[in-house]
Amino acid sequence: MNDVVQNADDRGAVKAAGVAITDLRKSYGSNEVLKGITLNVEPGEVVCLIGPSGSGKSTLLRCVNLLEQPNEGSIHVGGFEATDPDVDIDKMRRKVGMVFQQFNLFPHLSALKNCTIAQTKVLKRSESDASAVAMRNLERVGLGHLADRFPDQLSGGQQQRVAIARALSMDPELMLFDEPTSALDPETVGDVLAVMRNLAREGMTMLVVTHEMGFAREVADRVVFMDGGVVVEEGVAEQVISAPTHNRTKEFLRRVLDPTHIDIAE
Amino acid sequence: MAMTARQRARVSLYVQAGIFVVAVVALILATDWKTISTSVFNFGKIGPMFPDIILVGLKNTLIYTALGFMVGLSGGLLLALMKLSSFPLYRWLATGYIEFFRGIPALLVFIAFGYGVPLAFGVSWNVTVVAMISLGMVAAAYIAETLRAGLQAVPKGQMEAARSLGMPQWRAMVSIVIPQAFRIVLPPLTNEVILLTKDSSLIYVLGLTASQYELTKFGRDGISSLGAGLTPLLVAGAFYLVITIPLSLLARKFESRSARTKR
Repeated sequence: MNDVVQNADDRGAVKAAGVAITDLRKSYGSNEVLKGITLNVEPGEVVCLIGPSGSGKSTLLRCVNLLEQPNEGSIHVGGFEATDPDVDIDKMRRKVGMVFQQFNLFPHLSALKNCTIAQTKVLKRSESDASAVAMRNLERVGLGHLADRFPDQLSGGQQQRVAIARALSMDPELMLFDEPTSALDPETVGDVLAVMRNLAREGMTMLVVTHEMGFAREVADRVVFMDGGVVVEEGVAEQVISAPTHNRTKEFLRRVLDPTHIDIAE
Repeated sequence: MAMTARQRARVSLYVQAGIFVVAVVALILATDWKTISTSVFNFGKIGPMFPDIILVGLKNTLIYTALGFMVGLSGGLLLALMKLSSFPLYRWLATGYIEFFRGIPALLVFIAFGYGVPLAFGVSWNVTVVAMISLGMVAAAYIAETLRAGLQAVPKGQMEAARSLGMPQWRAMVSIVIPQAFRIVLPPLTNEVILLTKDSSLIYVLGLTASQYELTKFGRDGISSLGAGLTPLLVAGAFYLVITIPLSLLARKFESRSARTKR
């Protein structure tokens, strides 16, 4: 059963922020994982980051809300310069929702409390205001009826949708998704992607690390292909996925789109 | 004729059970039951221990233990956080404290806080305060290590998720990480309470008045006053079990519950 609310066509319903990343570099010791990334995301735009594992796309995403500290370059998010040493990290992060591969729901709190705790503790909303916002967002992801469940009583797909509702409850202006469907059972992937599709329609700025090429093609305004810590190719989703120009992009897409293909010629 | 593996295992079990039975029989035969019945199992003369062993002894043991645990838990949490701090001085201080108080006998700590510290600072502490501080200081060292392990067992993603929602570090600790750490360490923490219950007997070094007696001291007092040999100590020991066995059962319940909630 697909219990996700569909056809919500209210583009512009959310306040959206843009992202400007300039010549970003990040190393772990002598291992440089981001080698000068420049990437702009317009307010309301949906950008998918694709590429092989180890290409730096997750690190790039995590730099945007400073879960990783970049070594060089600059990141502007909304009105904040994330790379300014004096930036109020907590204030900036309130505008940036993050969805993790492993959901990272708080296991000691119900779905509803997962969505209210940061509202009451960080935004200082009253318990009843926070609950109202949380319920609205849980209903938005199709899980209003499971608000009292604890994370271990929910399927992977439901947990991920709660995680999305939790992020949305902070009224973010930008949403970051770090391989949101990679840890899910195949039959629950669709529900999560449907929620993300609706969010994109509502005009949320989204930066999505994903291996779901179907989703990228359908929902993303732009697709960025990364490999070895650099942006190899970027452009309109349809063009990058269907007609890539770089050999590395072609190779990667062939493997992802046809995993059973065995390359005998090599 | 060669035995199968199953036959061999069965024979081995019979032999082990046989050795156990022989040992028990030998012990029973070797025991001087006549003496024992007057000096250890002489329950006819212990009537005067009641009800004060409960109203004074058990009560004081519970009070000393509870106060000591309160100090130990808050001190232990502070030390655990210091030990995980990125500030080296805090880590060194916590490590030094833990090594010191885990390494010396609790009896010495009681003497130090019962006699040494009051002398050094010209203060006089009553017995309850000394028990609270001494037990608490020792317990803090053990609890700190338990809590540190619990804090580290909370997945890193929990802190990341909390920080991503705009929570400052301390708020993420208080609302997200510490509550989960406590769930993880509830069984070993119950263990600490059991150890603490027994250590509360060390307060005897201070020279107590009758109203300050806890279980062990109460039992020792009975040895000299009742003429029932060691029987009063046996009774006191039984009352420790009245405290510790329910705690163990409680711990096991927590353990099975947290095992069930794990996917």
